[in-house]
Amino acid sequence: MADPIKQFELVPIVPITIGTGDFSFTNSALHMFIIVGLTAAFLLLTTSGRRLVPTRMQSMAEMAYEFVAGTVRQTAGTDGMKFFPLVFSLFMFVLLANLVGMVPGAFTVTSHIIVTAALAMLVISTVIVYGIWKHGTHWFALFAPSGLPKVILPLIVVIEVISFISRPISLSLRLFGNMTAGHIALKVFAGFVTAMAGAGALGFLGAALPVFMITALTALEFLVAALQAYVFTILTCIYLNDALHPGHH
Amino acid sequence: MDPVAAKYIGAGLACLGMGLAAMGVGNIFGNFVAGALRNPSAAAGQFTNAIVGAALAEGLGIFALVVALVLLFVV
Repeated sequence: MADPIKQFELVPIVPITIGTGDFSFTNSALHMFIIVGLTAAFLLLTTSGRRLVPTRMQSMAEMAYEFVAGTVRQTAGTDGMKFFPLVFSLFMFVLLANLVGMVPGAFTVTSHIIVTAALAMLVISTVIVYGIWKHGTHWFALFAPSGLPKVILPLIVVIEVISFISRPISLSLRLFGNMTAGHIALKVFAGFVTAMAGAGALGFLGAALPVFMITALTALEFLVAALQAYVFTILTCIYLNDALHPGHH
Repeated sequence: MDPVAAKYIGAGLACLGMGLAAMGVGNIFGNFVAGALRNPSAAAGQFTNAIVGAALAEGLGIFALVVALVLLFVV
C-alpha cells in the first residue's frame, strides 16, 4: 500500500539557498500562489460588471461578502467591521486552500501545521496588539471577569490565562488536524481499493465496497473543508470581539 | 516492553480520546436538533452557537489525534 503520508511531502520546485537557510520555492508555495490568484481572479472578474441586478457570478461574490459580513456583525458587533478585510481574506484563503486540496493530485496547504499556526498567530497577535493599543491596561480585565468573589479570583485568572494561551494552539491544530486526518483517511481507503483489486477476481468485486466508502468520504471532506473555513472565521470573530469589547462576554 | 510496540499501543490509546470527543460533538448536535424541533423559529439564530460548541469540543479530539500522530511519526 502507498504511504498515506507521502501526499504531504514538500517538494522544492526552484531550489533557493541563502547562506545555510533553505528558501526553496516548494509545491506548498506554488499552491498558495494559485489560491491567492484564484481568489483575486474570482472576486475581480465577478464584480467588474457591477450591475444593479447581479449576474449569477456576481451574486456568488456578493453572497460570500454578505456571509462573512453577517458573521462579523453578529459576533463582533458593527464596530467589528473594521476587521472585515482581515476576516474576509482569512475566510477566502482557508476555504480556497481546503477546496484546492480536494482536487486529486493537488497539495493541501492547510495540512501543514506551520501554515495554520502562522494564520492563528496572526489572529491572536492582532487581538493582543489592538486590544492593548485601544484599551491599554483595561484590556487585561479580559482575564478577570467582574462580579466574582475575591476568594476565587486568583483561580479564575489562572484559568482564563490558560484558556487564552490555548486559543492559538487549538485554532491552528483544529484546521490542521481536520485536513490532515481527512486526507489520510481518503488515501487509506484508496489504498484498500488497489490492494483488493490486485488480489484476484473475488477481491476485484470486493473492491466495490471501499469505492463506495471513498465516494462518501469525499463528499464528507467537501463538507469539512467548507465547515472548517467557517469555524476558523467565526472563532477569529469571537477572539477579535475580545479585543474590541474586553469584559463584555 | 519493546519501545516500538509501546509507541503503537500509546498511539492507539490516544485515539480513545477522539471517541470521547465524538460523544461531546454528538451531544451538542443532538441537543441542538431536539431544541430546534421544539422551537424551529429560534433554530436559525442558534446554529452559530451549535457550530462553535462543536468546534470547541472537536478541538480536544484533534489534540488526541495530534498526540497519536506525534507518537507514530515524530517520536
